[in-house]
Formats: sequence, structure tokens, C-alpha cells
Amino acid sequence: MSNPRAKSENAPEKVVERRANAAHTSMFLRMLWRAAVLRRGRAASALLAMVVAAAVATAMMNLYIDVQAKLRKEFRNYGANVVVVGKDGTSLPGDALNKIDATLAGRGMAVPFAYVVARTTSGQSVVVAGTGFAKVQKLNHWWSVTAWPMEPQGALVGKRALPVVSPDGKPFDLSFQGHTIHLTPAGTLQTGAAEDSRVYLPMAEFLAWSGVQPSTIEIAVNGSQEEVSATITQFAAVLSNADIRPVRQIMEGEARVLGKTRATLYAAAVLIILTAALCVLATLTGWVFDRRRDFAIMKALGASESLVSGFFAAEATALGAVGALLGFVIGIGIAAWIGRVNFNAPVVPRLSVLPFVMAGSMAVALLSAMLPMSLLRRIQPAVILKGE
Amino acid sequence: MFARLLYESFWRQKRRKLLAGVAITLGVAVATAMIAVATDIGDKINRELRTYGANLLVMPQEDTIDVEIGGVNLKPPSDGNFLSEADLPKIRGTFWRHNIVGFSPMLPVNISVEGRSATLLGTYFSKKIVFGKDVTTTGVRVTHPWWKVQGSWPGDESQDVLLGEHLASKLGKHAGDALDIAGHAYPISGILSTGGAEDDQIVARLALAQAVLGKPDAVRRIYVSAMTKPEDTLARRDPKTMNPELFDRWYCSPYVQSIAYQLQEAIPHSHAEQIRQVAQNEGTVLSRIKGLMLLVTLAALFASALAVSAAMATAIFERRQEVGLMKALGAGKVAVASLFFAESTLLAVFGGIAGFFAGSFLAHRIGRSIFDSQITIQPVLFPVILSIAVIVTFAGSAAAIRRAVQFDPVFALRGDA
Repeated sequence: MSNPRAKSENAPEKVVERRANAAHTSMFLRMLWRAAVLRRGRAASALLAMVVAAAVATAMMNLYIDVQAKLRKEFRNYGANVVVVGKDGTSLPGDALNKIDATLAGRGMAVPFAYVVARTTSGQSVVVAGTGFAKVQKLNHWWSVTAWPMEPQGALVGKRALPVVSPDGKPFDLSFQGHTIHLTPAGTLQTGAAEDSRVYLPMAEFLAWSGVQPSTIEIAVNGSQEEVSATITQFAAVLSNADIRPVRQIMEGEARVLGKTRATLYAAAVLIILTAALCVLATLTGWVFDRRRDFAIMKALGASESLVSGFFAAEATALGAVGALLGFVIGIGIAAWIGRVNFNAPVVPRLSVLPFVMAGSMAVALLSAMLPMSLLRRIQPAVILKGE
Repeated sequence: MFARLLYESFWRQKRRKLLAGVAITLGVAVATAMIAVATDIGDKINRELRTYGANLLVMPQEDTIDVEIGGVNLKPPSDGNFLSEADLPKIRGTFWRHNIVGFSPMLPVNISVEGRSATLLGTYFSKKIVFGKDVTTTGVRVTHPWWKVQGSWPGDESQDVLLGEHLASKLGKHAGDALDIAGHAYPISGILSTGGAEDDQIVARLALAQAVLGKPDAVRRIYVSAMTKPEDTLARRDPKTMNPELFDRWYCSPYVQSIAYQLQEAIPHSHAEQIRQVAQNEGTVLSRIKGLMLLVTLAALFASALAVSAAMATAIFERRQEVGLMKALGAGKVAVASLFFAESTLLAVFGGIAGFFAGSFLAHRIGRSIFDSQITIQPVLFPVILSIAVIVTFAGSAAAIRRAVQFDPVFALRGDA
């Protein structure tokens, strides 16, 4: 390896002139710049370590923040977490659904249910429910339905109710308080719960036939546990004559599983970020320690302790900042990829993570520069230059 | 000579070896902990998902339909068929009994309390079930963990009952009062809050409901809470259309369908079905969380591999003067390289062993603090981890060793390299 300065294309006198006129700060910048360019290999490996660490840290923090929202969406597939019922089994006031929808303001979905006990032609009792099929389909993903009724007078018949109302799949009649309705079994419903014993009708047809208003509104409220509790309080304020019940089975299960997942992810994030930080520390410490000759020459040429420390500190900080920026971009990419692969939805980039990654990177870089510096400071430049 | 060089290198450069060793140990520890957590997280989350309650329902085969709205049964009480309580312990004899976390029999009876009609629900609270040598406790406290009692839970042999909170406020009763059911006074041991239909009911031990109904041994429903494997195409197939080999595979997988099939086999005249709200959703939640942890583990492996190779590269780069000296004294490239590779392998083995045990401890702590249970570390993980450590250390040092070997001894010794 030859002396790199010989490669300079400038004539010596021009260099001297330019250097003489240059401001003092530019010497500092020049030292920084040349240090990075001349030892390209080592500087690049230090930067690489920095970038990877920042990328992994960004991805983990971003995931940690976003995973809650992603998993909540999965948990909403369990259906309603709040149920509003009329007091003592009575019907709800007609404007209850509108009030609930206004309170929700798009933060969830409310589906009304009305129930009566009707009689089949053979005199058997069966529960008939009226609801909005389009909404139910969205709220209760687990309903296994052969075909959703599209035609008027089409009914969705529970698997266990089917042999009672229409054993041969033919149209059937149901009567309630002297009114009879003629229905076609359009599809069968299977849930493994009480729904299997019921017949479901569109709400408009149900109302026209029985005249019974909805007695239950099932609501899926989005958001965290606090947000759901706040929404329940709001419901209680607008609906004075109804019982508002949180579905504890759903809410507690969600809280528990979500809490455990987040705790595990937190532990994983801490471990990974710690490893990445240690990787940076090892690489950078080696890098700075390796340049003890530069350090000794600077001191031998009369540089003050603070100037030399400042130089290495500035170098480390610059490396940390550049590494953090590049790593942030890559980390966002990794998080988005994980989101796409696992949740079929990209993880939203969080700019709020950037200051943490930036500060963390610069702190680790500074620390790894200062550790060998404090060691070197105690040694005479002559000893270092002699190569001992 | 080679062995001596190796020995002296470790003996004289303790600080550097320690640094590289610590990096390897740390990297391996994080990798071990993450792999252990990721392989076990499915099981752990599956157990947590059981807080959603039963995912299987067993009912009489020739059952009439339910006529109930909001948990209030509108059918004559003696209507319909019943299962036999005596058959219940057979659930513990099924193939996937270890996956069955618990079960609760239910017997609703229509009664009148102080002039009101109400439902009396007979069940197990926390009852000891004996099947052969197998003894377990089961009941609603296992299958319905969200049920909360203000006061105390009744014993499974006592006359105490639980009163649903809505019914309690309507009747003006509190824990400690007595409730008059069918001419007998039963003490109320606690007020039950469930957020469901039971808030308007009275819950008692099964035998009490059987006595009120006049049908000893009768059970209307059995709620079974089982840990299942997420459904796939094989799970959804009809077992009747399978060939024997495929059927065995289906039967021996803990799908919710195959557990339902086995429950039907165990309990005579029964029909078992999955509760789709619980069973269908836990599969997606489980696979999402498992997938997430798998990807995070990959990130952890990547980060620790990088940390190890960075530490190795730094350690070797620092020793170029030594390489220069060896070469100046006539050592060939092969000799120098093999010394370094031997050193890294030794470091990797020691670091790997230490890291594995540190990682196992870490995984153990994570399991204890987050899931309150042991995270099992498969012994097969040990050779896998160790070989990964050796490979990563090798790969990490290969580039640095190649460069070290190519140094011109003159420059290396002058310190200009």
C-alpha cells in the first residue's frame, strides 16, 4: 500500500496556499472526512454495524407499537364486545340504534337483533330472529352459512332448526300472534351455539310480520380496553333505559392474550436491541482503538486533549447519526415486510421512533469512542508511536 | 508447535479472547432464548386462548331444538333428551385427554323464585374427577375463567348456590342470605358476574339441579375446553371419506374436529360440535402470533450472527502484526489461516456452550415472568445451536482471516496496513 497523499493531483504550492487560507474549522472537518475516506474498509464496517443495529432497533420498536393495533383487528373477529339489551327483556326504544351509531362514530359496528317465539304449522316452538344480514356477516365471521338470503322471504335457518321447520327443504310457514309469514329456506347456518336453533330473517320483513322491535344490539367497539370502557360510559349516558353489558368473555380473553404477546415481544425487542448495541460497541471500540497512532500523532503535533477527544467524539456522533438515518429507512422496510407477510397489512411507519433510534445510536457510538479514549489518554504518545 | 501456538494465543491474549468469547456467548444466548420462546409460544398462547372458554359443546344426539332467548329457556323443563353424568369421566379416557384443559356439565332447570321464573343452572365448580388412575379437577372455574364471584365459590358437595348479579339486584339479595327454591332454603355463598346470560340465573352444583328436576344423573350440555391445532384442509374433510391411513393421521392430530369425534365416541348417544366463535378464531390468532414470533426470531438470529462476526473480524484485524511476524518467520498462508480457524472454532464451542446455558436460563425467566410456566428447551436444540455458533463464527472470521493472510509482512510490521 502506497502513501495515499502522493495520489493528490494538486500541485504542492497550491495545496499549501489553500490550506493557509482555509478557516480553522475546515481543518477539523477535513480530518473527519479524510479519516472516513482513507480507512474506507474499517469505516464502512463500523457504519454497517451501526446501520444494521439501527435497522433492527427501528423494526422492533415499530412492530412493538403497531402489533397491538394489528392483533386487535384479529381479535375483533371474535365479534361483539359490548351488548345492549332492553331492561327486563323488553324492546329497546326505536332510536337506540341511531344513538349508538352516533356515539360510535365509525369506531365500531352495531347490529340489532329482535327475537320472538313462533310456531310452525305442526305446532312446534322455534325462536325467530330479525337482523341485518350485511352487518351480521361482517360482525360474526365465524358463522358458517351455506348461502346468505338474497331474495325477499328468504330465511337463514339454523342447522338444528332446519329439521323442525322444513325437513325436506321446502318453503314453510311460521305464525306469531295470529300473523303468518311464508318463508323459503335460502341457506343454513352453523355456529355450534344457540344460533343453530333459530331462524333468521331480514329486519324489515321481521318487523312487518311481528311488529316486535329489536331487544338486543350487539356492538363491536374498536380500540384499547380504556377506549372500550369510555365508549361504554358514553352509551350509558345516551341510553338511560337499557342495560349495557361488556362481554367479559371476549374482553378478558383479548386483554390476556394481547398482554402476553406484547410482553413476549417486548422481551424479544430488548434482547435484540441489546445484542445489536453490543455489536456496534465491539466494532466501534476496535475501530477507535486501532487508530491509536493517529491519536498519538495528533497529540505529538501539539493538539490539546479536548481537541483530540472532540475529534473522535464528533466522528462517532456523525457515524451514529448517518447509521441511524440509513438504519431507520431499512428498519421501516423490515417492519413493513413483516406486517405484509404475517398480517397481510403493512405496519405503519412511525416517525416517533426516529428520535429514539437517533439518540440511541449516537449514544452507543459516543460510548464506544470514549471507552478506548479514556484508556489511551493515560498512555504517552511516544509509547504508542513506538508500537508498544 | 501448532497446539502450543493455539494455547499461548489463548493464554497471553486473555482480554481479546474474552471480548470475542463474550460476544459469541451473548449472541448464542439471545439466539437460544428466542428459538426456545418461539418454538414454545404456540403452546403458551394456546393455553392463554383458553381464557375464551370452551370451544367444544357436547349435547344429546337426538336433541330437540332450544327455545331460548337471552339465556331464558322457554321450553318445558322435562322436554328433550339428556346425557348421563356417569359417562363424564370417560372424557379423560380419550386419545387427546392431555389437550383437554377442562369440561363443565350444564343442566338448566326452570324454577320459580319468590314469584319470579328463573333458570337454575347445575354445573361443576371445581370438582375432582377420577378416571382409573387419572385424577383431575374440572368445572366452570377452568372452562369459564371470566366468571367472577363476589363472596366465595360454593363447594361441589355443599348446598350453597351462586346468584347472578342482575337477578340478585332484582330480588334484593346479597351474599350470605338464603334463597328459597322449591321449598328448600339454600344459602347464597356469592354473587356471580359473568357479563352473559348467567347474570340472570342461579348457579348451583349439578346434583342440586338434578334433584330439583327429579332426574338424577341427567346432564343437558357439556362444555369442553381443549387445546387444538389450527384448522387446515385435512381437518375440514369428512372422516367418512378418508382411507384408513389418512383417517389415522386425522384422528391423531388435535384438530377441533377430531377431538369432537373422539368425545362422541367416548360419551354414548352424544353429538359433539365445535363452538365456532371460539374455535374458528383461535386458529387465526394463534397463527398470527406464531408467525410474528418466528419473524422476530429470524431478526434476532440475524442480529446475533452479525454481532458474532463483527467481534471476530475485529479480533483478527487487531492481530495483523502477529500475522506479519509469523509470515516473516516463514509461515505459509495455510498455517496462519488454520491457526485462526482453530482459534475461532474453540471460541465458538466454548462461547456456544456458555451461551446455550445462559439462553436456556433467559428463556426460563421469560417463561416464568410472562406465562407463569416453564418454557421447555428441547435437548435437540443444543447440537443445533452449537453448530450454528461454529458456522457463524467461521463465516464471520473467514473474510477477516483472508485479509489477514494477504497482508504484506513488511507493511504489517511497520504498522501501515
